[in-house]
Amino acid sequence: MTPVARITRDEVAHVAGLARLRLTDEELERFTEQLGTVLDHAADVASLDLAGVPRTAHAMAVTNVLRPDEPRPSLDREEVLRSAPAVESNRFRVPRILGDAP
Amino acid sequence: MTEAPGTSPGPAASAAAIAADVRSGRRSASAVTEQSLAAIAAGDGEVNAFALVTADSARRRAEEIDARVAAGADPGPLAGVPVALKDNLCTRGVPTTCCSRILDGWCPPYDATVVERLAAAGAVVVGKSNMDEFAMGSSTETSAFGPTRNPRDTSRVPGGSSGGSAAAVAAGFTPIALGSDTGGSVRQPAALCGVVGMKPTYGTVSRYGLVAFASSLDQVGPLAATVADAALLFDIIGGHDERDTTSLDRPAPRLASVVDQGVDGMTIGVLAEYLEGADPAVAGRIAQAAEVLAAAGARVEEVSVPEVRLGLSAYYLIAPAEASSNLARYDGVRYGLRVDAEDTVEMNVATRSAGFGAEVKRRIMLGTYALSAGYLDAYYGQALRVRTRIIDGFAVAYERCDALLGPTAPTTAFELGAKLDDPLSMYLSDVCTIPSNLAGHPAISVPFGTGSDGLPVGAQVLAPALAEATMFKVAAVLEAGAPVGGAA
Repeated sequence: MTPVARITRDEVAHVAGLARLRLTDEELERFTEQLGTVLDHAADVASLDLAGVPRTAHAMAVTNVLRPDEPRPSLDREEVLRSAPAVESNRFRVPRILGDAP
Repeated sequence: MTEAPGTSPGPAASAAAIAADVRSGRRSASAVTEQSLAAIAAGDGEVNAFALVTADSARRRAEEIDARVAAGADPGPLAGVPVALKDNLCTRGVPTTCCSRILDGWCPPYDATVVERLAAAGAVVVGKSNMDEFAMGSSTETSAFGPTRNPRDTSRVPGGSSGGSAAAVAAGFTPIALGSDTGGSVRQPAALCGVVGMKPTYGTVSRYGLVAFASSLDQVGPLAATVADAALLFDIIGGHDERDTTSLDRPAPRLASVVDQGVDGMTIGVLAEYLEGADPAVAGRIAQAAEVLAAAGARVEEVSVPEVRLGLSAYYLIAPAEASSNLARYDGVRYGLRVDAEDTVEMNVATRSAGFGAEVKRRIMLGTYALSAGYLDAYYGQALRVRTRIIDGFAVAYERCDALLGPTAPTTAFELGAKLDDPLSMYLSDVCTIPSNLAGHPAISVPFGTGSDGLPVGAQVLAPALAEATMFKVAAVLEAGAPVGGAA
């Protein structure tokens, strides 16, 4: 594998956007340094020659997990909605999703 | 019954002894519960093991159990035993926050499977224990409710992320507790607080109702003052659950009765790589632990599994990658915090930026980066290949050995604040626990004397997948042979 370049401040800002986080300038500065240090440590993994080694996503993988298709009670709607930040007509209420037509 | 090591200031009675007394009517569940609540009231101001003490519901529950005993019924193998639950285990109608502002006040509409099983066994939940936010940390300092302090020395951290559960047992607030272990979060705090903590084989304990951090690594595990109590608790929480699709379809474990069977004839490998970075006093205790096992009839030899050196790097790519996906659900829509804004995306951003602490943001970004275009194979893909290599490395060692021995943590408990702003240094305290999570194997930490600073050292026993019986037998021999006080 080719070594990976150190993470930049712009990349951290981009990644924060992908993760729907807004960082202050001070956080951006600090996280760029800290993530760089952790990723430097991970460089030993990134630079290994592991061609042909299979990936393990689950150490104790199980497949085709089935159960009888029987109706059973679901979560109580009122109890679920009680924990919601905003509710309207038995639904989760959110701010507008779509913008004005261009 | 195995006695707790002599240095332990833990509870006077084991969980098994309490349950026996309550079932036979010698002691009431109410009296046991009052004793636990009084100990918490007296000591938890300083320790801060609990995010929430559920005194009223604990008293009601204890009365129910006493009524059942009076009526001639058997409330179960944990009758009247006080238990602390890590605050990432869902409890119906009782706040479950993962010690994060983003879930402040959230009351789940269901119980975790392990919580149901504890209730069915007669246990009394006295509170939700403090933890690193979303279980991301090794010191219980990233909790939104403030840090937990180590009951052995309150200037020190209890370890983490299940630091509240470990401290509750070490302080004698409860004889048993549940934690979760994604990279060592049960075993490392157990070691630092001088109690027993165990991570089961992946899939043997249901994750239903455990708030997800890194789903391929997370397992719920018991903390206790004795190995026998840890086995008892594992027997109760273990076993198949159809509500967790990663749950292994196997009979429930029944190991409490095999714990005392000894190690005669076993081959136990001392894992050389785990001693490389260890404090000399910690390494000295592990050498002493090896002698205890040899004296008990085990063949002890040095073993090398070089692949485990790559565990830390692989873990800090895999776990954040899974976390970045799992924590996408905290969007301010269905539960927890919402910071209002003009539109929904702006609301998501404002909510997550205000609700997550620094360590959680770091891990989400690390994981998002490791999964992002251009880096996916270099980081995440490589880490998954390393995971295969670690499993293969352990398999070679287990061709010759029944179990492996090493320290749980490279040092004893460190000072509060010492590593909080140095993530890599904090992550390194999990270097000896992470490989078991990556491999899915069971491992247990047993108190084994103290370091040069007088603080507890944990000896870790690792075993192959599903070999919990072997692991508990080795642990019990170490417990019985643990040095009482004194420096190494």
